[in-house]
Amino acid sequence: MTDFVDTNALAYSGRALQPARQAELTRRWGWWYQAEWRLIGMKAYWSSAVGTALLTPVLYLIAMGVGLGTLVDAGSGGVGGVPYLTFVAPGLLVSTVVMSAGSELTFPVMDGFKWSKLYFARSATAASALQVSIGELVAVGVRFLGEAVIFWLVLIVAGVVGFGSWPMVLVAALAGLSFGAPLMAYAATLEEEGFQFSLVQRFVIAPMFLFAGTFFPLESMPLYLQWIGWISPMWHGTQIARMLAYGMPLPWWMVLLHLLFLVAVLVVGAVLAIRFFTRRLAR
Amino acid sequence: MSTEQQVVRPAGRGALASWVASNSSGNARAVIERGFRVIRNQNWIVIVSGFFEPVFYLLAMGFGLGQLIGDVPGPGGQPISYAAFIAPALLATSAMNGAIYDSTWNVFFKLKFAKLYQGMLATSMGPLDVAVGEIFMALFRGFLYALGFTAVITILGLATSWWALAMIPVALLIALGFAALGMAVTSYFDTFQQMDWINIALLPMFMFSATLFPITVFPEAIQWFVMALPLWHGVELMRQLSVGHFEASTWVHIGYFVAMSLVGIGFTTRRLRALFLR
Amino acid sequence: MPVIEARELTKIYGEVRAVDQISFEVAPGESFGLLGPNGAGKSTTMRMIGGTSLRTSGTLLVNGLDPEVNGPEVRANLGVVPQQDNLDNELRARENLVMYGRYFGLPYSYLRPKAEELLQFAQLTEKAAEKVDNLSGGMKRRLTIARALINEPRVLLLDEPTTGLDPQARHILWDRLFRLKEQGVTLIVTTHFMDEAEQLCDRLIVMDHGRIVAGGSPAELIRQYSTREVLELRFGSERNASLVDQLRDFGRLEVLPDRVLVYTEDGEAALEAVRHRGLVPVTSLVRRSSLEDVFLRLTGRSLID
Repeated sequence: MTDFVDTNALAYSGRALQPARQAELTRRWGWWYQAEWRLIGMKAYWSSAVGTALLTPVLYLIAMGVGLGTLVDAGSGGVGGVPYLTFVAPGLLVSTVVMSAGSELTFPVMDGFKWSKLYFARSATAASALQVSIGELVAVGVRFLGEAVIFWLVLIVAGVVGFGSWPMVLVAALAGLSFGAPLMAYAATLEEEGFQFSLVQRFVIAPMFLFAGTFFPLESMPLYLQWIGWISPMWHGTQIARMLAYGMPLPWWMVLLHLLFLVAVLVVGAVLAIRFFTRRLAR
Repeated sequence: MSTEQQVVRPAGRGALASWVASNSSGNARAVIERGFRVIRNQNWIVIVSGFFEPVFYLLAMGFGLGQLIGDVPGPGGQPISYAAFIAPALLATSAMNGAIYDSTWNVFFKLKFAKLYQGMLATSMGPLDVAVGEIFMALFRGFLYALGFTAVITILGLATSWWALAMIPVALLIALGFAALGMAVTSYFDTFQQMDWINIALLPMFMFSATLFPITVFPEAIQWFVMALPLWHGVELMRQLSVGHFEASTWVHIGYFVAMSLVGIGFTTRRLRALFLR
Repeated sequence: MPVIEARELTKIYGEVRAVDQISFEVAPGESFGLLGPNGAGKSTTMRMIGGTSLRTSGTLLVNGLDPEVNGPEVRANLGVVPQQDNLDNELRARENLVMYGRYFGLPYSYLRPKAEELLQFAQLTEKAAEKVDNLSGGMKRRLTIARALINEPRVLLLDEPTTGLDPQARHILWDRLFRLKEQGVTLIVTTHFMDEAEQLCDRLIVMDHGRIVAGGSPAELIRQYSTREVLELRFGSERNASLVDQLRDFGRLEVLPDRVLVYTEDGEAALEAVRHRGLVPVTSLVRRSSLEDVFLRLTGRSLID
């Protein structure tokens, strides 16, 4: 026989917060509730995510330190006066974080609108579209930080960078969000399928990884290709990271310029994301 | 329980013929027809975009990084440019990646989410038809990309022998080996998260199989380990073809992939029912 | 020769006996129902009939052939409508029909006109060139059913054919299925809708936990396991259980969380007697006995949880 439910307690136990209080809390903390929910959702794949986060720097270290590094150092004596591994490691840290924006802020965003429709479920609570979109960025930012810290710790253990270089972890997360925010805004505008994401992967993310100064200095490319770096959050983040990691000479105003670029793109991306989220959730 | 009796499945003489008959209506062609219809419906940019992936790698690594590296010893010890060194390796890698993607992620998605195979298998087709059809489509895509990339290599002057033409069929052989094995492996998977581990396993293989640098930089024990991996054989074989330099090892590489394809096909065949008829 | 002949059919997934030694036969032209709650083993049974799920033990013959040995031959006579639509999202509506026909090895000369007929049958002619993604739920369901008819099967397997359809669409579908039955097509239907089973099935089996708990025509089952009428009483969820003792002598009772069911030959008279005792229900209803009541009687559970 079906067990009987205490419907009285179900409908009104008196323990739930008053609606006015619920509304007040959500107005203030809704963005964090969204982030919390998204972070909990990441539990589903945390083991492979941590596995990848740990394995990636180890593999890069071997491939760049033992492999490519040997070839480059023998061929041209390193880059800018430092061994190739020293040059490439900060760039790889930043690139790895920026590239994970490509998985965290594409299909999951489309999923929230189109498949599982969880964003709509969210906006049925007291949370606003602004809070949903900011919450997403916060959660993904937390993930980026975690990823960057793991990468950085591997570099520390391998003796490639010193403890003083720790701010590069923050720079990497900032670069990741700076690339991720406009990407999320774009994802929020897509109605069908998502084949556009594979185009983004192939024509934006992969070229950025390959040409935006991670593996070789931007200046070694012809001038007509250097713009790829100038418009890439990956390059701006990498430049600051290099300064932090091994003191690559960089005037203070250039550091400021790089930071300004990253923050500006992040803000513009976030504003667009909020606008597109609002438009779509209100429909 | 004593009342239960095991299902009697055909065995003995003519077992292969009856196995084929119970798993196939000989109609893999229909799966291929569907594949081409889907390509026709697809956005053509998506198809073309797959071609650019190895090309970007070649331009960035070969020419960008190549400036810092200069010449490296090629097959037979002849110095060749770094771009010429990695170009054949990138072709082998892209054949591997395409085949693995098509036989694992793609199959898994159509099986679990799109439920496409469920529909196909409700018709008179059997799992063998589906497997053969899908592997054919994977090879067809691989063929197109291999054709394109070989053309790029040739135009950039990175292939110096007529043997470079043989890189196209060899790319298909590499793809077949990986696709057959990948499908069998997919039969053991239940969730997308498990599928992530395939990528994690492939990444080190890509990095260390003499794709971007010769394995002589490693200690001997690690060299032996790398030489046991399939991609290394693919890379070496491609490299030899690109300059037309052959030695006894050429046959070992070819043999490796022929054996891998046969084992993969056998393995997938055994797992066919476990994969499709759950 | 029966169309389907199952003996001690069993399917075990790990520890779970999804289908547990069931035996039944289906005659040609018959409309046969498998009834039961979610997880009773209906869908697994259907998939074993099509040979797309391998049985653990027992024998199963479809048109005299074992679907595991002669899968292609068996399925060539079947039209399968799965519980969840599995249309090909990468093809358009018409292409879905044509390609499905190609999987049976049918020639284009047959398929092109056939696809148009079926689109008309499913009232989808205007949507022929539409992507599957853009069709509504009801349209997808109709397309799935039309697709199952592409090879003019003599046996149709329908796994919860009308779940998720609105009432009007259900009636249209029932009408279409009825016409096919008139043409001698054998229908095998799983459902957990009682009205659907009563509408469509000549004969049915009730399944629970992988086993058959009863079988017969809808009328027979009702006669055997229920009474002519049922009186439904709602006293409010707090009081339903506490009043049971005062109703015992009216006959068999079922106490559900939201109501009490009184099984009786004359519902109005019973209601009168209840009132006479000073028990005033919030609402009451007298209705004919249905398969739902049969199911409650057999399993002690409501069919749709």
